[in-house]
Amino acid sequence: MAVASSDTAIRTGRITRTFLYLVLLLFALFYLLPFGVMVVNSVKPLSEITGGNMMALPKVWTFEPWREAWATAQIGVEPTGLRPYFWNSIKMVVPAVAISTILGALNGYVLTKWRFKYDTMTFGFMLFACFIPFQIVLIPMARVLGLTGMAGSTPGLVFVHVIFGLGFTTLYFKNYYQVFPTELIRAAQIDGAGFFRIFQRILLPSSGPIIVVSVIWQFTNIWNDFLFGASFADLDSQPMTVALNNLVNSSHGVKQYNVHFAGAILAALPTLLVYIVAGRYFVRGLMAGSVKG
Amino acid sequence: MTMQITDPAVRRSAATKPDFRTRLQSWIPKLVLSPSLALIIVFVYGFIFFSVYLSFTDSRILPSYGWVGFENYDKLFRLRHWDIAVSNLVVFSSLYIIFCTVIGLLLAIFLDQKIRGESILRPIYLYPMALSFIVTGTAWKWFLDPGIGLEHTMHLWGWESFSFDWIKNRDFAIYTVVLAAVWQSSGFVMAMFLAGLRGIDNEMLKAAQMDGASNFQLYRRIIIPQLRPAFLSAFVILSHLAIKSYDLVVALTGGGPGRATEVPATFMYSYTFTRNQMGIGASSAVIMLLTIVAIMVPYLYSELREKK
Repeated sequence: MAVASSDTAIRTGRITRTFLYLVLLLFALFYLLPFGVMVVNSVKPLSEITGGNMMALPKVWTFEPWREAWATAQIGVEPTGLRPYFWNSIKMVVPAVAISTILGALNGYVLTKWRFKYDTMTFGFMLFACFIPFQIVLIPMARVLGLTGMAGSTPGLVFVHVIFGLGFTTLYFKNYYQVFPTELIRAAQIDGAGFFRIFQRILLPSSGPIIVVSVIWQFTNIWNDFLFGASFADLDSQPMTVALNNLVNSSHGVKQYNVHFAGAILAALPTLLVYIVAGRYFVRGLMAGSVKG
Repeated sequence: MTMQITDPAVRRSAATKPDFRTRLQSWIPKLVLSPSLALIIVFVYGFIFFSVYLSFTDSRILPSYGWVGFENYDKLFRLRHWDIAVSNLVVFSSLYIIFCTVIGLLLAIFLDQKIRGESILRPIYLYPMALSFIVTGTAWKWFLDPGIGLEHTMHLWGWESFSFDWIKNRDFAIYTVVLAAVWQSSGFVMAMFLAGLRGIDNEMLKAAQMDGASNFQLYRRIIIPQLRPAFLSAFVILSHLAIKSYDLVVALTGGGPGRATEVPATFMYSYTFTRNQMGIGASSAVIMLLTIVAIMVPYLYSELREKK
């Protein structure tokens, strides 16, 4: 690391550096505060929230709000807590992520290694589908899901999420396979390997990182989706985000802030966990989402 | 749609004896791509077409096919409710884009000065991006609530005159949406700029420095102009997020107080599904789509063309 300082052109003086650290720390505080305060207040009894200071640490620690948010809180009409909705989200996210990633990998493979006329245009059409305001498909989608009996069901939501995730997963794999040496594929072709054999033996073994990126991106997006969940799900298939919104905005009774906070953190936990464990890939996915690979 | 099988051996054998296996091999790639393509053609482009069609019909609670021409658009543009939604979107998206870009650039430049603890700070700036807008909305809604949030805390700390009731104030509520949205996305913009900064050639900077350029001049004249692609990407991503923003408004303000924070996305939803004015709802969705098309199509076109 001794050479590091000689290898950067910009140098800063002591006063400037103090200023830099100050600003950076202030922003860290800004980002941490709302969520951090929510975490602290989720383990306080309600009286300490309504009567006390939100910045203060709890005088009495209680995990009752967490238990209540998970298992007994009133959501809609049933006092079920968020638990069933958490599983609804899992049942929706896992197949949707798996299917869209597999299709994306195959599409990326075709679009880079089996080029055909108008392939870039085809890809452009697929990609644009991710960026449309989903309001434009809400009405027909509701009709079609209704007519096919998939309305209000988890398979219906999986279907919708696969369609609108395809563009991104295809984008990831396309960018990744683009730089993969085509000579290897030609060589395998000469040896008589077919389409799927080449994919399975040559591309797939080196696709680890991009699979992680795609899975994380899809997982975060689908888990966090609210619009489709609110539009197409019924009580038996409502995802976590919709249930959380119902919990927080329910108008009857005393507002149980601590339960709301615990619920919000429960809803955030899976994606936060993914972010903490695989942050590097998460950032890569975000970057690739800006189209350039 | 001819397949370019690049290997001459395969092509030759296909030409001399087009046996079944070779023909099948040349069809497989298209067959593999076709389900995805069919899904997108039907459920994206077909549906867009259907919604556009609905916007010209007298649909109310259910789709109906009586042609009314531009009547829905005419009604839409006369609605005060729509006016509010559009002007809110203009205020929201411009402030959102400006603040995210400025904060993102500032943090990226600062972090790029060999900061100790960068590996701790970076994830702190970025983690809100992993949260759902519903969670962000819940956190900020409460944090900004004058009764128990920031204002209340300041009063308890002895600053009795402190007042921050924007979220309850018709004239200022939209700025709380900006605040929460900037909180969520500015770290992401920071990451984009940081990646751009790390890609800049140091030799050129050293040369400029030898010619007597100050740090400020280095940034203004050399570094920031080189970040042009990052600026463009940030602009496109942020504007597309802004136009689509629905969840955050629902969770933070519910469009209120009154209609003070209504945006086109919430307008479309309430007109279509609760007010049973599907024709008008569809026409508002078409306007949203056109706005996105105007931004995304040129961008995607130039990005994809460059790659060739």
